[in-house]
Amino acid sequence: MDDPRGDMERHESPPSLWPVGAIGAALVAVCGFLWARDVVRGGRATTVATAPPLEEGRAPGAPPIPADKGEAAMPEPAPGERFPRNVFLENATLGLGAIIGGVVTLPVIGFAVMPAFLKQHSHEVDLGPISNFQEGQYVVATFLREPSQGEVSRRTAFIRNNGLLHGKPSFTCISNRCAHLGCPVQPGGPTFDDKSKTVKTPSGQVSLIPSLPAAGFICPCHGGTYDQEGNRIAGPPVRGLDRFEFWIRNGNLILGNTYSVAQVTGTGANAEIKRYTLTGPGQHVDGIESWLYPLQPPH
Amino acid sequence: MARRKSDRMQQIERMALYPLDWLEERSGLIGGVRYFLFRKVPGDTSWWHTLGSATLTAFLVQLATGVILAMYYKPDVNSAHESVQHITNDVWAGWLVRGMHRWGASVFIILMFMHMGRVFLFGAYKYPRELNWIVGVLLLATGLFEGLTGYLLPYDQTAYWATVVAININGTAPFVGPFLASLLRGGAEIGPDTLARFYSLHMLLVPGALLGLIGLHLYLVVRLGVSSPPWSPEAAGGQPEPEPPPARSGLVQPRPRAGVRGRPE
Ligand code: HEM
Ligand code: FES
Repeated sequence: MDDPRGDMERHESPPSLWPVGAIGAALVAVCGFLWARDVVRGGRATTVATAPPLEEGRAPGAPPIPADKGEAAMPEPAPGERFPRNVFLENATLGLGAIIGGVVTLPVIGFAVMPAFLKQHSHEVDLGPISNFQEGQYVVATFLREPSQGEVSRRTAFIRNNGLLHGKPSFTCISNRCAHLGCPVQPGGPTFDDKSKTVKTPSGQVSLIPSLPAAGFICPCHGGTYDQEGNRIAGPPVRGLDRFEFWIRNGNLILGNTYSVAQVTGTGANAEIKRYTLTGPGQHVDGIESWLYPLQPPH
Repeated sequence: MARRKSDRMQQIERMALYPLDWLEERSGLIGGVRYFLFRKVPGDTSWWHTLGSATLTAFLVQLATGVILAMYYKPDVNSAHESVQHITNDVWAGWLVRGMHRWGASVFIILMFMHMGRVFLFGAYKYPRELNWIVGVLLLATGLFEGLTGYLLPYDQTAYWATVVAININGTAPFVGPFLASLLRGGAEIGPDTLARFYSLHMLLVPGALLGLIGLHLYLVVRLGVSSPPWSPEAAGGQPEPEPPPARSGLVQPRPRAGVRGRPE
């Protein structure tokens, strides 16, 4: 028998609670009446002030006898003297309190703070076959970087197929995160929505929209402007646009983590990239200002 | 002279006051509230001195409307925006309460600045009130942070990108900035945790801090007393201003009190 009550027991409706309420109401009515009568008659309205009883041997009106002059009084301590037990108890209270406080608060603070810095895992996004990327043309690729998180993890990259370099495919993979304060930069030129493609890849749906960023990339927030290699041309950004690591696997273009870029010289496959670890927007990666940001949290 | 009250009236009065007496005898709370409300202030305080209370009122409105918004709001990246639309369009009077909270947030900040301006221009931050100025600065920073964390919650494009920019501005602080930004985001990237984190900060941690600081602020106001305006002849040791000529009679016209000249101290 799993159920100790058994299946046989009949389920009767529980007794009505109305009688309890009625008794309660009656009690309230009676007590309320008595209380109101008391108050109205003034039976409770005044408290009589009584003088405290005098100590023995004290004349009325004389100041009270101090405790240390009474019977069995303690010897008067020297000024500043404290009993060892007193000191011990004080330290024990403070010490125990500190230990208990620490045991309770430290894990809680760690719980609030540590997850922001631990397990910041690396990402890998499959953008599908490289045949979708026409040589020399920019494509606006949007994808979920962490499909389990859903839409919040949607990111955009500007991808350009640079043809072959030393027999290997070369790509420019620029992140659209503005190097000023992180707004999404836009291609400075037409995007061809009618030629857009949605590719199903192991990383989920990836949308590819060809584009012609003739004027480079432009930020809608404060007008930061970048050239086609992501170099800063004008506006408040402090460096060039970040880039994605990339590699080719089974003919598919894979994007890895992002890294920061101070400056790019040359273009396309021949670009020379001054590369730094990923750094937040608005932070310098080179020059004397970079001394302000010696340490980066794990990205 | 008022008419002698009838016995019936006295009985009713005693019954009405009984609960208050009961509370006062056991807690002293009534006396405390009376002390707070009827404490003495300089005779020449003016409307400028009401800006602090106005700020407090705006804060209390935010508390009340915020608690009720929290009954309908869903702090989850996939439903936050929808739940706010639901509050605005479907829930009875939701548009009103949300509107009060949204506009009231700006009112609160503006009043805080105006109050600060009055304290500055009156020189009311000087000895012995420096500590209250410092508490005020903490209140200002905490109040602004409350606004920042609340701004993300509607989770529309403005909210999202404004928060991105705000977090990245924090990120540019020298040395600690990058860590501060990660702490605010709850990770290297804005994600599902960021919204929940901002929600918790916005409705629990920051209002709690504000309440504590406001308590300290008001304690100091009561303990030190409100300062006179800088033009006050009384505070400069002069004679109190003469009683103004009797105004036209009205509801609130004070009766002249026997033997009292000038304003009550
Ligand atoms: C949550 C925000 C605040 C609330 C609810 C608040 C409330 C009050 C109230 C009710 C008073 C009494 C006198 C008056 O109303 O002028 C007062 C006085 C004062 N406040 Fe604030 N305050 C706030 C923010 C600030 C800020 C931002 C500052 C300055 C940085 C500040 C500095 C002071 C000082 C120095 C006094 C003493 C003025 C005097 O005694 O004349 N307070 N505050
Ligand atoms: S965020 Fe791009 S210019 Fe400010």
